[in-house]
Amino acid sequence: MKNMAAVVVDNIVKTYRIKKTVVQALNGISFSVDRGEIFGIIGPDGAGKTSLFRILTSLLLADSGAASVDGFDVVKDYKQIRNRVGYMPGKFSLYQDLSVQENLQFFATIFGTTIQENYNLIKDIYQQIEPFKDRKAGQLSGGMKQKLALSCALIHKPSVLFLDEPTTGVDAVSRKEFWEMLHRLKEQGITILVSTAYMDEASLCDRVALIQKGSILSVNTPEGVTEEFKKPLWAIRANEMFHLMNDIKDDPSIESCYPFGQYHHVVFKKDGNNKPILEKIVQKGNYTNVEIDSIKPNIEDCFMALMKE
Amino acid sequence: MRVLKFLLQKEFRQILRDPSIFRILFIAPMIQLLILPLAADYQIKNINLAVVDHDHTQYSQKLIHKIIASGYFKLKDYSATFPQALHSIESDKADLILEISAQFERKLVKESKADLFIAANAINGIKAGLGSAYIQQIIQSYNAGVRTQWIQFPRFDPQPTIEVTYSDWFNPNMNYQYFMVPGILVMLLTIIGSNFAALNIVKEKELGTIEQINVSPIKKVYFILGKLIPFWLLALVVLTIGLTIARVAYGIVPVGHYITIYIFAAVYLLAVLGLGLLLSTYAQTQQQSFLVAFFITMIFNLMSGLFTPIESMPEWAQIITKFNPVSYFIEVMRMVILKGSGLADIKSQMLAILGFAVFFNGWAVLNYRKRS
Repeated sequence: MKNMAAVVVDNIVKTYRIKKTVVQALNGISFSVDRGEIFGIIGPDGAGKTSLFRILTSLLLADSGAASVDGFDVVKDYKQIRNRVGYMPGKFSLYQDLSVQENLQFFATIFGTTIQENYNLIKDIYQQIEPFKDRKAGQLSGGMKQKLALSCALIHKPSVLFLDEPTTGVDAVSRKEFWEMLHRLKEQGITILVSTAYMDEASLCDRVALIQKGSILSVNTPEGVTEEFKKPLWAIRANEMFHLMNDIKDDPSIESCYPFGQYHHVVFKKDGNNKPILEKIVQKGNYTNVEIDSIKPNIEDCFMALMKE
Repeated sequence: MRVLKFLLQKEFRQILRDPSIFRILFIAPMIQLLILPLAADYQIKNINLAVVDHDHTQYSQKLIHKIIASGYFKLKDYSATFPQALHSIESDKADLILEISAQFERKLVKESKADLFIAANAINGIKAGLGSAYIQQIIQSYNAGVRTQWIQFPRFDPQPTIEVTYSDWFNPNMNYQYFMVPGILVMLLTIIGSNFAALNIVKEKELGTIEQINVSPIKKVYFILGKLIPFWLLALVVLTIGLTIARVAYGIVPVGHYITIYIFAAVYLLAVLGLGLLLSTYAQTQQQSFLVAFFITMIFNLMSGLFTPIESMPEWAQIITKFNPVSYFIEVMRMVILKGSGLADIKSQMLAILGFAVFFNGWAVLNYRKRS
C-alpha cells in the first residue's frame, strides 16, 4: 500500500455541451501523484483545473478514462472516496449563517467524527480563528474564511486533500502563511493536490503539472520544469516599452518576446552571443534608459514556451 | 440516524436565525387570512344602475323604488333616451341599464303583460351576471306583488305561480366565510409547502454548500429528510395558527375533529413538499425554483374549486382537477369543518393525496444526484 500512488489519472476526457458548442474541458490527461506529495496543478483560468478536481472528488463523471484516489476508483468506489478525501472548492462554500464552531462541528458530524478526535490535525490552523469561534462564517475576513474552510476539509482526517485555487483573492502575507500550513500538513502524511493560477506558487510544490486548455504541457519538479527550458533568455527594459516590443518581434533571430513585470523577456532561437542583437535594436530605435540582462527562466517562462509548442 | 439528527439541528438553527423566514412564514399568512376572506366576497353590492323611464307612471316609479330599496343597486343615472344611458355605461358610470317602455303601466293593467329591457356591462362577467339575476328576482317579486293586488278581481284568472323556498344545509346562513377561510388556509399551506423547502435546497446549490455535502458520505435520503422535516413541522404550525385565526376571528368551529384535519394535512404537506423537492432537483437558481413553483401553485389554486366551483368547470378542466392535490384538501377541509366528516368519509381523498406524496417524493429522490 505504501508504494501505491495516492492519485492516478489515466486519459481522462471531459466535454461540456453548452447549446450547440462543445467545450473540451479535459483532453485526455494522465498523471500520477505519490503519497505525501504536494502536487500543483498550474494553469490559467479555464484550463480545466476545477473539472479535474470535481472528477477526482467523485462530484463529476468523466466522459472517458479512469482515475483512482487512494487506490479506489472514482466511479465504482465513490463511497470510499467520499470518506477519505477532503475538498476545498474555489468558492467559499460553508454556511455563512452558522458560526465558525458550528460549521466545523457540522462537517465533523456528517463525516461521522468529532472535533476532538482530529483536533491535533487542525490545531495549528484552527487556533488562529478560535478567538472568533462564535462569529458567523459570513462575517469572517477572506483569510479567516480560508482557514476555516481548510479546517472543515481536514476535520475527518482525509488521506488526500484537494484544494481548488485556495490562494485566489488572498493577500500576499496570508498566501505565504497558507503555503506554510500546507507544508506542515504534508509532514503529517497527507497528500495534497493544489491548483493555482499563480505561477510563482509552483516552486512551493514538490511536483507540478502545467495544464492549458485541458491538456497537460509538462509534469515535473519545479526545478525540472525550468531545466527543460533550453533556449537563451534575456530581460530588457527601456523607457519606450511598447515600441521596443514591436522592434524586437520584427527580428528574425528572436523566437518570442513578452512583457514580464517591468521587463520584456526575449527568447532567442539559437544559443550564442545574443546580446549584440538586442544592442543593435536599441541603438537603431534611439531607446533611452536601456537595461539588458541574461536571466534564468522561471516557471512562467517555461509555461509561455510550452504554450507555443 | 445520528447524522439525521445533526442535519435537523443545523436546519433548525439556520431557519430560526433567519428573521425573514419567520416573517414570511407567520406574519404574512396571518395578514392574508385576516384580509383575504373579508375581501373575497361573493355578494355583489353597489351595482350602478341607469334607468331609462319612458313611462313616467306610478307603476314604473314603484318598480324603480323597489329595485333601489333592495340595497344591491345604486341609481346613478336617470336618462331620457337609451343612447344617453348607454353613454353612462361607456364612461363606466353605470353597470346595468333598465329601460321601461312607454305605456308600461297601461299594458300591464290592460293586457296583463309589459316589456322591460335590461342591458348589462359584461366587462366584469360576474357583476353583469349576478346583477341581472338580482334585478330579475326583484322584478319577479314586483310582478307577484302586482298580481296579489289584483287577485280581488274575480274575473281575472291569476297566472299560477310556483314559489320556491329553500334551506341551505351545513351552512344555513350561506356565510361565505365558512367556506372561504378554510380554502384560503389550504392555499397558504400549499404556497409555503411548495416553496420553502425547494428554495432552501436551491440556495445551497447557489452558495455551493451542497458541493460540500455531496462530497461527504451522507446518504441522499437523509439529506432530503433533513430538508423535509423542518418545513413539514413549520407548515403544521402555520396550519395551527390559521385554524386559531379561523376560530377567533371568524368563529369557525369545525363540526368534525381537528385531528382529522391534522392527519390529512400531514399527508398533504408531504405531497406538496415533495413537489417542491422535485422542482429543486431541476432548478439551478432560487429564481427558477420560485417562478416555477409560483406558476404551478397559481394554477393549482385557481383550479382547486376555491374561487369557482369545480362542478361548473368544463369537463376537461374537471379532469385536470383530479390531478390537483389542492382541490382534494379544499374539499376535505370544507367537509370536515362544515359537514363534520370523519376519516372514513375522506378515505378516497386520503388515498389520492398519498399517491401524490409517493409520486412526487419518489421522483425527487430518484432525480437528486450527488454527482453530475
